[in-house]
This record gives sequence, structure tokens and C-alpha cells, in this order.
Amino acid sequence: MCITWLGGNFPPNRFIFFSGGNSVEKTVAIELRGITKTFGDVVANKNVDLDVYKGEILSILGENGSGKTTLMNMISGIYFPDEGHIYINGEEVVIKSPKDAFAHKIGMIHQHFKLVDTFSAADNIILGEKCPKFDLKEEKEKLAEAHRAENEAYEHYDESEHPGPLAYMTKPKFHSEKETKRKLALMPLVGIGKKIKFNWLAKKRADVVQDIANRFGFKIDLKKKIYDLSVSEKQTVEIIKVLYRGADILILDEPTAVLTPQEIDKLFDVLRNMKAAGKSIIIITHKLNEVMAISDRVAVLRKGEHIATVNTSETNEQQLTEMMVGKKVSLNIDRTEPHDVKNRLVVSGLTALDIDGVKVLDNVSFEARSGEILGIAGIAGSGQRQLLEAIAGLYKIKDGAITYFDPAKDDAPVDLRSKTPVQIRDLGVRLSFVPEDRLGMGLVGNMDLIDNMMLRSYRKGFMFLDRKSPKKLAETIVEELEVVTPSTHTAVRRLSGGNVQKVLVGREIAASPSVLMAAYPVRGLDINSSYTIYNLLNDQKEKKVAVIFVGEDLDVLIQLCDRIMIICGGKVTGIVDGRTADKNKIGLMMMGQLHMDEGAALTDSSTEVMPDGE
Amino acid sequence: MTGAMLVQFIKSAMRLSATFLYGSTGETIIEKGGHLNLGIPGVMSVGAACGCIAEYYLVKSMGLSAPALLVLIPLLVTIFAGALMGLLYSFLTVTLRANQNVVGLAMTTFGVGLAGYLITKMQAQNFVIITRASRFFLNMFQVQSENWFVQIFLSHGVLVYLAIIVAIVAQIILSKTRVGLNLRAVGENPATADAVGINVTKYKYVSTCTGCAISAIGGFFCIIDYMGGNWEYILEGFGWLSIALVIFSMWRPVLSIPGSFIFGGLYILANYIEGTTFAQMEIINMLPYIVTVLVLIITSIFGKKSVQPPAALGTSYFREER
Repeated sequence: MCITWLGGNFPPNRFIFFSGGNSVEKTVAIELRGITKTFGDVVANKNVDLDVYKGEILSILGENGSGKTTLMNMISGIYFPDEGHIYINGEEVVIKSPKDAFAHKIGMIHQHFKLVDTFSAADNIILGEKCPKFDLKEEKEKLAEAHRAENEAYEHYDESEHPGPLAYMTKPKFHSEKETKRKLALMPLVGIGKKIKFNWLAKKRADVVQDIANRFGFKIDLKKKIYDLSVSEKQTVEIIKVLYRGADILILDEPTAVLTPQEIDKLFDVLRNMKAAGKSIIIITHKLNEVMAISDRVAVLRKGEHIATVNTSETNEQQLTEMMVGKKVSLNIDRTEPHDVKNRLVVSGLTALDIDGVKVLDNVSFEARSGEILGIAGIAGSGQRQLLEAIAGLYKIKDGAITYFDPAKDDAPVDLRSKTPVQIRDLGVRLSFVPEDRLGMGLVGNMDLIDNMMLRSYRKGFMFLDRKSPKKLAETIVEELEVVTPSTHTAVRRLSGGNVQKVLVGREIAASPSVLMAAYPVRGLDINSSYTIYNLLNDQKEKKVAVIFVGEDLDVLIQLCDRIMIICGGKVTGIVDGRTADKNKIGLMMMGQLHMDEGAALTDSSTEVMPDGE
Repeated sequence: MTGAMLVQFIKSAMRLSATFLYGSTGETIIEKGGHLNLGIPGVMSVGAACGCIAEYYLVKSMGLSAPALLVLIPLLVTIFAGALMGLLYSFLTVTLRANQNVVGLAMTTFGVGLAGYLITKMQAQNFVIITRASRFFLNMFQVQSENWFVQIFLSHGVLVYLAIIVAIVAQIILSKTRVGLNLRAVGENPATADAVGINVTKYKYVSTCTGCAISAIGGFFCIIDYMGGNWEYILEGFGWLSIALVIFSMWRPVLSIPGSFIFGGLYILANYIEGTTFAQMEIINMLPYIVTVLVLIITSIFGKKSVQPPAALGTSYFREER
């Protein structure tokens, strides 16, 4: 393939592609040249060149900290580049703020939704809309011109040509000079009136937005408040928001992270429709299968630098990973056969209520076995968090039993129900918990690595704290898990997401648990870090630990877990064997459309007798 | 309590309520923009002091000849002084991103002290002039009649009615216009507001300055109208009550109209109950605060999402924060 410049004066945004004799002409929508951005000493983007064409879907692929989001934030005006140029439709532009980005028809859908919870969806969509410009001089000229034209028509009007009683309706009006003058004088008032009218929030404002949503084919009630919407509905609102603003270039930052497979399919349909409508779509992700499924081209970033942009049809997952990581990586998760399996933790009929008295856990029963990884799948907020916290003694339960079989005491049962975390530990139960909220529940962001290690050991000893062994532990974790940190005295908050997670998981594993619970341990982590965590979990499984893994990526759950429990709205909708599980059926179970009796059919006969609770 | 006393009680409560109403309307506007301004007592004090000084110089230089100016100019000076305090607060909290609580408390200490200094600078005899101006101020637009309806509703100075108008207008702007929608968005989630192209800094500055200006009128009103032109160091307490009233009225200026009346009534109640000892009076004076605590407890227990404080209240916003 070769790229040809046509003539010296030809605008740089028009390339002609000759590919095997067929010439395909593509117009560049946005061009980045030499973009550099640094935060203090950290170089987030270094000399990045990138082109996005009209009517295509471009994936931006890269590990965490490779500068994908930073790069996109510079296009959408959140950050301002230190160096480099941005061209839109061939013209150089300066994007200083999101406002400028809108002016250039760029809309970004952020990973963390930018919606105001207490507003209705419609209000979120019209938020920040600018009043249509009212140019006084121009409007005056227009009015004068219109009056002149009508007066002229009046003079040339021949009544005999328009007979009949309704003739007065077609008759042009005559505007006296006085009238024109008056109207011109009142023009500023008209401008103010229009401004006030625009500023007033009419009751029908939701209908206007709803019409647009319906026209694009979204099925959603925009009068609902954001806090009543599900995650995928919130995302829909975000998409409608950028469409409403007439965006031609859409940037989506990890849009699939929180969706079920069915919702992802729906989203991809929407994106393909928009692509067909000639819009440019940039999608940031680190899920390779999605890149392959949706995009036309892939731009790979590594450590802030643009490595290459390739056509999706001409590449494969392995090649992309190598470009992304910079070395060969194996994309397979080993799953060893569990042996010598014993029940370690048995939960039966667990029910818990939230503050409003709504059941967040409804009769949940399962057992976690030593030497096995039990996956928990479900849409975010289906009760996963409450389940783990209930086991860890952090969430009050209403009903049900949690029994732990202590391997140190010959599997003697210990009742964990309604015990505080300290009581649980005093009972000699070795329970480790990696919560989803790393810097809230897991670690203290403002404390350094050593102090965070000490959170687990500060009760030991008498009067004075032992700082030596936590220091040693921190050093071991940094070394063995390859944590990137200036020193063990750095505040955890300053580390990147993956490194924070390594510190947390490292600390919990160091306590040599017999039950390890991990909630979304790879959320926001890049491929390399993710595989490190998977390997750590597998190691623990080998060490006869009962691992409970709450995940969101179904592909990983299916590859990693021995058994997968699916919950929906606090209820267990099925427990399936990881080796034979079907992704789509799990997706249906996550949405509560398929229940475990059906779900049981898709596991082979050797697995899982369902608990009687349901 | 006799009928005449009841009328007198309601009348006084209404009059006092205007102070709280200005203060809470101003503070509501500020809080809707995401700023918890604990400097309101200071703002009210400084506003009142500046208004009084303006009044003094006007009366001294012009006599009592131009009635409209006598009301208008001191009012404008008060508004300007309040806005200036707001500008200081927003510079510290928005631009420099200082801790809002610390800045607010410092503003209160500073404002009350500054007002004291300014007032002491004017010597005591000058207050006779202000008292005279105040009487004039009161008599404007006032209907004289013994009828209870007129006594309760039509016998106040112009600033009482203005307080109610300001509260209603503020409510309409906050809930019915795009400006209000944008401001609420800034207070709820500044990152979202920023991402849709709202100038967060501008909104924060303007709302804080406007709110402080409105609060300052409350201080000025309190001295010139309610106190009859006698300076007393009561504005700090009134300022705190105004902030409490914001919570009491659940961030709705319209609700703070009856709320301010309740606060005003509770505040003067002790004077109207015969045979109370000094200690009992103090307990009655605590009632507004106790009521606020009760409201806080009730709204927290039955907390609907719509009556919660703005989500980003008290936090600073910086776009490039990582």
C-alpha cells in the first residue's frame, strides 16, 4: 500500500489510498501531530501522531498508564497538550476546554460517567447547552431586507391575478417606514426575549430530548433521575448527550467495562449505526476481543508513545498484545485440576438488608472449597460487595449461616455469623479480603507502603510498634510482584492502579490465608498486571486456599475459575462449572432471565449439586 | 398572651425573619455552587458596618433631603462590601483551592473584627444620626393603622418585602432556569459541569459573590431596621442561625421564608413569655438550633436523594487533578 500526496497545494487531510488497484478515498476527521504531555516528571504522552478518518471506528489499545486516556482528554479539552498540534478537518485548532471541543464537534464519553445523579436524564443532556447566537446587526439587516422585499411584492401585486374571497391571505403586507424603524429599535428586546425564553426550563424540555433519543432508536425514559438508572442506561444517556450536541467525533473511554455481554452487543450495534452515519468513533479499551470485533483500525500506545496503527483485518490478538506490551506474552491462563477438595467455607441461606430495608442478599447459599477458585459473576451492584463483606464480618446479616472449616483444627466448623473482623481473626480464621474499593477499604492512600503493611500487624507486640517486619514485607512485595514505586516510603495514593492492587493483594496473600476473597482484583489493570494477579490467585489455589474471585470480565472468569456462581439482584441464579460454562447463558443468568435449573443443564453431570435454598 | 401581644409578636418575628431570610438565601446560592461558606456571620457584619458608615456620611453631608438615595446608596455600599468579601472567599477557595471550612471560619473572625473596628472608628454620638436615618428608613412605604392585618403584613420597612422577593426570585432562578440548572450541576458534580462546557470557576465566583452580597443586606437590615440604628454585636449569632436555616429549609429559598419566620419567632419568644427566669430564657433561645438539629436528624433518616446537600459541597475542584 502506498500513500500519495496529490499536488503541492492539496490540503493535507486528503489521502488517497491505493490498495490492490481499488482506490478508497478517506477523509481525515482529526489529526494529531507531535502531541506531548507531562505531569510533573511523568511523561504521559510523547510525540504522538494519530489520524482518525470519517466513518470509521478506531480502537486505542494500550496498557494502563500508556497514556490512552490522557491523549483523549487532550482532544476533549480536559487537559491541554504541552507540545504538538491538533488538526480538525485539515485546520489547526486549539482546544483549551471542553467548550472548545464541543465547538469542534468532539464528544467524549468518560469511563466514569459524567452525570449529575440528582438530575433527570433529560436535564443532564441539556446541561451546559449554549443559547443560539443572536447577532443584533445581522438580525437587523435581515428584518430590513425582509420588509423591503415584502414592500416590493406589495407594489407589484395585482389583485386581478388572485380572485376569490381568500385573496387577502396571499396579499403581501405593506410595512411603513415608521413600522420598520420601530421594529428595528425593538430588536435588542427581541434578543433579550429570546435569551430569557432559552433560559427558562420549560416543562416540555424532556420531550424535546426524548424525541431525539427515539429518533436515534434508543429505548429509554429520560424523565427518570440518574440514580434510578442502571449502568448501561447511564451509558446510553451519555451517548445521547454527545449526539444531542451534534458531535461528529465520539470518544468512548472503556465503555464496555461495566456491561454484560448482551449490553455490549447492543452498544456495538449503536456504534456501528453511528459509523454508518459518517461519524468518527474512537474507542479506548484493553479488551482485545472487543478491539477485533468492533474496530476498523487499531492504534497501539505503549508508555505514552504511539507504536503503530494497523488495520484490524490485517492483525490478530497475539500481534496486538506484543505491540502493546513490547514483548511476547502468553495469553492463556493455566487452570490446574483441583485435587483434594474440601469444603472450607459454607454459606447457606444468607439474607441481608440494606439501609432502606431492601434485600441485597436473598437466600444465598454456596460453598467455597480449598484448592479451588470460585468465581462470582453478576452485574455490578448485584450484591457481590455485600456478600463478601458479610463473610468478612463487615456487613450485618439478617438470616442465614456462614460456617468456616478450620484446617488447623481438623476441619472443625467455626460459626462466623455476626462476628466482627477482629473476632473472626481471634477465632483463628485465616480470611483475607481484597475489597473492590482499594484505596477506601483496602489501603490508606496517604500512608506509605510500610504503614499499609502494618495495618495488618500493628496489634502485635507490646506498646511499641514493630516497623521492621512490615518494612521487610513491603520490600519483598515490591521485589516479587514488580511493584513500580520510587521507594517503600511513597504514599500508596501516588502509585498507579495496577501497582496499588499488587501491594494490596501482596499484603493479603502474605497473611497466608486459607480463604482469599478478591473483589474485582484486576479492575482497571493492564494485561500484564492482570496476568500477574491471575497467577497469584492460581498460586494460592495450589496452596490449598479457597479462593473467591468476583470478576467482571466473563472471558477471564470462564478461563480462570473452577466454578462460577452467578448472582442477580442478590439472588443466586446459578452455579456452573468453569470448564463447560457458556458465556451467553451466564450473561442471561446475570440479568435474571435464566435460572439455575436451566443453568444446571449447561454444566456437565459431574458438577455441582444445587443447594436446597432456592 | 393577649391579642395585641400576639400581633406584636408576629410582627416582630416577621421583621426579624428578614435577617435570616437574606442570610439563608445568600448561603443557599453559595452552597448550590458547592461552597460551604461559614464566613456568613463575618460577611453580614462587614456589610452592616459598611452600610451604616455610608448612611452616616450621607446623612451628615446631605441632611435628610433625598429619601430614595438614603435607602439606595447605603444598600449599594452594603452589597458591594458583601460582594467584596465574597470575592475574597472565592479567590481563596476557588482559585487557591484552600480548605473551605478554614477560610470560612477565618472570614467570620476577620469580618466580625473588621466590623467592630469600623464601627468603633465612628464615634458613639454619630449613631444618633444613624438612628434618625433608620427611623426615616422605617417610615418609608409603611402603612399606619391599628388593624391587625395591616400591623402584621404591611407595617414593615421596605427591606422585609425585598427579602421575600429575593428569596422567591432566587428559588425561581435555581429551579426554573438554565443558569440555575448549571449552577446546581456545578455544586453537585463540577467535573460533569466542566465536561459539558460550563465555566465552573465563573459560576463559583459569581454565585459566591452574589450570595455574599445578599447575606450582607441581611446584616445591614438587622442594624438599620430591626435594631433601629443601634449597633450591637449580635450579627455573628444571626449569621450562624442563617446557615442553620439553610439546612432547616433543605436548600430551598422558598421554604426558608416560613423557616425564617419560625426562627425569628423562636428567637424572640423568650421576651413574650412572662415570668421566665434568665436561665429559662437562654434555653428558649437555643430552640432554633435544636430545631435545626432535629431537622438534620429527620432528613438524614428519611433521606430522599432530592433533599440532600449538593454532593460536591465543601470540596475544591481542579480539572487536571489525577
